[in-house]
Amino acid sequence: MAKQAPVLEVQDLRTYFYTRTGVVKAVDGVSFSLMPGETLGIVGESGSGKSMTALSIMGLVPKPAGKTVGGKVLLDGEDLLQKSNSEMRQIRGRKICMILQDPMTSLNPVYTVGNQLIETLRMREDARGHGLKERAIDLLSKVKIASPETRIGNYPHQMSGGMRQRVVGAIAISGSPKVLIADEATTSLDATIQYQYLQLLRELQKDTGLSIIFITHDFGIVAKMCDRVAVMYAGKMVEFAPVRDLFNKPSHPYTEALMRSVPNVDEEVDKLYAIEGQPPALDKLPVGCPFAPRCPYVFDRCLHEYPTSVTVGENHHAHCWKLI
Amino acid sequence: MSQNGAATSAVISVENAQKYFPVSKGVVVRTTIGHVKAVDGVSFEIKQGETFSLVGESGCGKTTTARMILQVEKPTAGIIKFQGNDLATLRSEQYREYRASVQAVFQDPWSSLNPRMRVGSIIMEPLLTNRKLSKGEAKEKLESLLEEVGLHSFQGDYYPHEFSGGQRQRIAIARALSLQPKLIVLDEPVSALDVSIRAQIMNLLRDLQERYGVAYLLIAHNLATVRYMSHNVGVMYLGKIVETAPTHELFTNPMHPYTKALISAALPSHPDIQREDIVLSGEIPSPLNPPSGCAFHPRCPFVLDRCSKELPVLKELKPQHEVSCHLY
Repeated sequence: MAKQAPVLEVQDLRTYFYTRTGVVKAVDGVSFSLMPGETLGIVGESGSGKSMTALSIMGLVPKPAGKTVGGKVLLDGEDLLQKSNSEMRQIRGRKICMILQDPMTSLNPVYTVGNQLIETLRMREDARGHGLKERAIDLLSKVKIASPETRIGNYPHQMSGGMRQRVVGAIAISGSPKVLIADEATTSLDATIQYQYLQLLRELQKDTGLSIIFITHDFGIVAKMCDRVAVMYAGKMVEFAPVRDLFNKPSHPYTEALMRSVPNVDEEVDKLYAIEGQPPALDKLPVGCPFAPRCPYVFDRCLHEYPTSVTVGENHHAHCWKLI
Repeated sequence: MSQNGAATSAVISVENAQKYFPVSKGVVVRTTIGHVKAVDGVSFEIKQGETFSLVGESGCGKTTTARMILQVEKPTAGIIKFQGNDLATLRSEQYREYRASVQAVFQDPWSSLNPRMRVGSIIMEPLLTNRKLSKGEAKEKLESLLEEVGLHSFQGDYYPHEFSGGQRQRIAIARALSLQPKLIVLDEPVSALDVSIRAQIMNLLRDLQERYGVAYLLIAHNLATVRYMSHNVGVMYLGKIVETAPTHELFTNPMHPYTKALISAALPSHPDIQREDIVLSGEIPSPLNPPSGCAFHPRCPFVLDRCSKELPVLKELKPQHEVSCHLY
């Protein structure tokens, strides 16, 4: 593969929430890069900071409690964190866009689907008139909605969950973005519908050279869709690897434990490994490695110092003292 | 209720159960214009100490089936037998006993526990309504239940909001266990929980089953969970069971095209796993107006001529492996 410049580069991103009980470090020093046409998975449990990473990239951190206090988000070399609100409005939807989990809450229930599609087109293209409706129909057929000419007049409640999520997808790609962030985008869909949707995203990616970030808690989605994976725990990326290396040789004890605790469709397991305890509260993080209290390999050093990044293979890094 | 209970080891058996919901139209004069056949002739039985799972996509009737067993919904037709006795013929005393013997754990532990009650009272409520216990006995029982599900005895004085999701699900399990039930209905018991917590709860459920011989009816859409938890599986589509088999057999040798598609759509456990690609076109049709013949035929990749005309019935193709499909 020829050397390419990354579309998106995130460096040492920090997003903190200031609450009465203290500072919650939701995203605490996250760095990664995303190549054109690549699919990156960010896996983690709830509260690990994966969604907040996405919102920080989009500049949509809930204010005033949350604030991105440090780092850089370079999209084609431009730092998004330095942009004003109105500049960000131009970038969101055109260069970078996001699909959320629940299509019922991301679509407006009182407008027709066509209305919402045309609205985004009008915002983005300054185009007017009849051409817009045709473009909207064209977009709906791109996301494989049957008979788009009639569907365009439907309200969201007249569609099924899978179809609604397709409409959200159509709105997302309407501005021909370079980066698409899918935050648990298929979690609320049924198995066979989820499969169709993932297949659709693959095709769109092939046609447009889109880069996708999948934010998920499901290793299955990672295995099926992603080229590279980042595992997050307590606001930090603890392991970063090409997808096969992660599955063949999980290096961080958290990744390893998580993989062993997931039941398997492909074979019977005798007894699942259960990780003891729960993820730590982010405002009361332990000193040292946040996984130390649950880690089976914990030793003295883990309790005092946060581990440095250790290279365990080509493009494969993990933050763990055990690996040194 | 023991007169013919000994004849069979099935804790519960469902025979051709149906549940139709009427759909009506009109504001002033309501007229019934049709029925949604939520469950349309489902039969299965669950033996003591075994787990039977119902899988299928939303709207296939798996939850309605569970609700009929819990007697929240009265079946439109069909027989549900508990230890050999038809529920419809139970007298009030026996009916109370049935209610105590069948318990449930629901998906969302945030809404299934009363936020204004202490955990101790939540767990003990079914026991105190159904059995006579002295204060000392009740306290002892509560402590043993809490310990059973991996909580500390002092936590009985806490309120539900003081617990995490996994711990709340443990509380719900303790409540279900309190009456030493014969059957527990588990409706998506782990899907609301975090990945690392799911294994804890699934292991706990399996341990309890081993210890007490309780039967589970598991409702789940995650096939991996089903494979780990169950002895037998029934696959439902539009209110009917289309295939049923022991777990290992079903996953290694799925026969119905819908089962095949479900397994093919299940996300792989490793990036190198390539599955037979069976992409279903379209979505589940409306149960108000199901397709003629086999309800699956509009989406089936192997559709035959007779599929749209004749209704297939469950046939036993291998021991305990039943499939309802014209292909066989």
